[in-house]
Amino acid sequence: MTRARVDKYISVFNIGLQNTFVYRWNYFLRALFGLIPLAGTVFLWSAVFKERGHGLHGYDYGSMIYYYLLTILVSNLVTPTEDEWQIAADIREGQINALLTKPMSYLAYRFSIFLSGRLVYTFVTLPPIGLIFLYFHNYIIPPDDPMIYLYAFISTLMAAFIQFFITYSLAMMAFWILEISTVVFIVYSFEYFLGGQMFPIDIMPAGIQAVMKWMPFYYELFCPVAIFLERLRGPALFQALAIQTGWLFLTWAAARGMWRRGLSHYQAVGG
Amino acid sequence: MRRYFEIYSIMLRNSLIRELSFKANFILWMLVEVLWFCGQIIFFSIIFGNVDRIGDWTKWEVVLLIGTHQIIAQLFQAFFFVNVANIPELVRTGKLDSMLVLPVDSQFAVSTKQFALDSVVNAIVGGVVVCFSLAQLHITPNAMALLLYLVALGFGIAVHYSIMLSLAAVSFWIVRAQGLVYGYFNFLNIARYPDAIFPRLFKIIFGWIIPVVIVANIPARLLIKSFGQPGPLMLQLVVASTIVFFLSRGFWRFALRHYSSASS
Repeated sequence: MTRARVDKYISVFNIGLQNTFVYRWNYFLRALFGLIPLAGTVFLWSAVFKERGHGLHGYDYGSMIYYYLLTILVSNLVTPTEDEWQIAADIREGQINALLTKPMSYLAYRFSIFLSGRLVYTFVTLPPIGLIFLYFHNYIIPPDDPMIYLYAFISTLMAAFIQFFITYSLAMMAFWILEISTVVFIVYSFEYFLGGQMFPIDIMPAGIQAVMKWMPFYYELFCPVAIFLERLRGPALFQALAIQTGWLFLTWAAARGMWRRGLSHYQAVGG
Repeated sequence: MRRYFEIYSIMLRNSLIRELSFKANFILWMLVEVLWFCGQIIFFSIIFGNVDRIGDWTKWEVVLLIGTHQIIAQLFQAFFFVNVANIPELVRTGKLDSMLVLPVDSQFAVSTKQFALDSVVNAIVGGVVVCFSLAQLHITPNAMALLLYLVALGFGIAVHYSIMLSLAAVSFWIVRAQGLVYGYFNFLNIARYPDAIFPRLFKIIFGWIIPVVIVANIPARLLIKSFGQPGPLMLQLVVASTIVFFLSRGFWRFALRHYSSASS
């Protein structure tokens, strides 16, 4: 890749930074309000463990809290927030006309904006999240093995790509249908329940887990968190990373395919 | 008062006509809600696979609680949600002007424009789950408990409405305020959890000041767990929701004074 090719996406990244900064209050409020369900979750599990008197599928109260803290951290890093609505609006309102004439890939263009969005989001939400981590510092036990950090980092990176490609593919539906929000929310509900945001996947019955392991949702959030918590170890860890790599390429292909098919369906309106 | 009823029935008819002209969308939105509802129930089934009770709540009592919250949340969404969620957009674009000059109460005008039929269907689904839980619990509520339950549902809706309106009114100061919708969902997220899990201080704050914990818990308790003492429960719900309703109305009017139109 020549310098010029990279430079133009760096400019997009910078513009993205400035644009998303407008949303800083939005992001901050969202992170702040996010504390309420977290409190609910903490109290619920506290009551469950008190009732049970002992661990549950290898979790105790402390490690359960630690799990939820990590999911919040990772989801802030990897989950797109406004991207699908922006992409759909680009298509619906014909903004992509201007981009089609530029020597730029729309996928790379949106990815640069996604990256800048994640950076601003993580930065703005850092103070409230830092405070929660501080508050629960007793339950936080970082892994000893340096390799774990590497694996968790790779898995988080892949999770970000997978989430972005899925979001991008969904937003491409705007080429065919006017209103994509229903489709987005249907997929979102699967991500919420099957991705580990609501509860850790590995407290489910073994049979269900075996199925979930092959779904993309597992790799959007749960996988990196489970690696960091050392709940995925040895062969299971490498199997997970392999399947995650598979989903990375599949979702990438889907994103490119949707764009190509959408474009052939697209008729530019206006001038 | 009669004028308001007439206006409302016209708006209701218009919404229904609009709604039924987008059938696919109607069915998909229903599916979204059903998925979320099922997810909640599955989550608690997993928990109750490991414990017999949470505080004084058993499995089917919690399912009844979730069903009750579904009825309240969906009825709120049917009548008010879309309208109140749209307020930040009205402020940003200056379209609020045209509603303020209408010869009706401004809060009424912004709250009642659209109506969502799919949410009514989902509220009925919630009702079915409540009935099914009652059968599982072998409880047949008497007429009094049933009446109190239905009245309590109304107060629950009022709490939802007040919180959403207060959040929407913040948009007079913060222009890009779409994040406030997330605020509403986050606040009400804890409404379907059994009240027994919350510590004392939390219960006071979220039972009286921002009374989200009592929204569904008190109606559910009135139906199955009032133990002949419905008075104090009903009193708390009525007092807390009335206070929060009038506070939100006061805040709305205060915020309105800060409104400087975006247009012209």
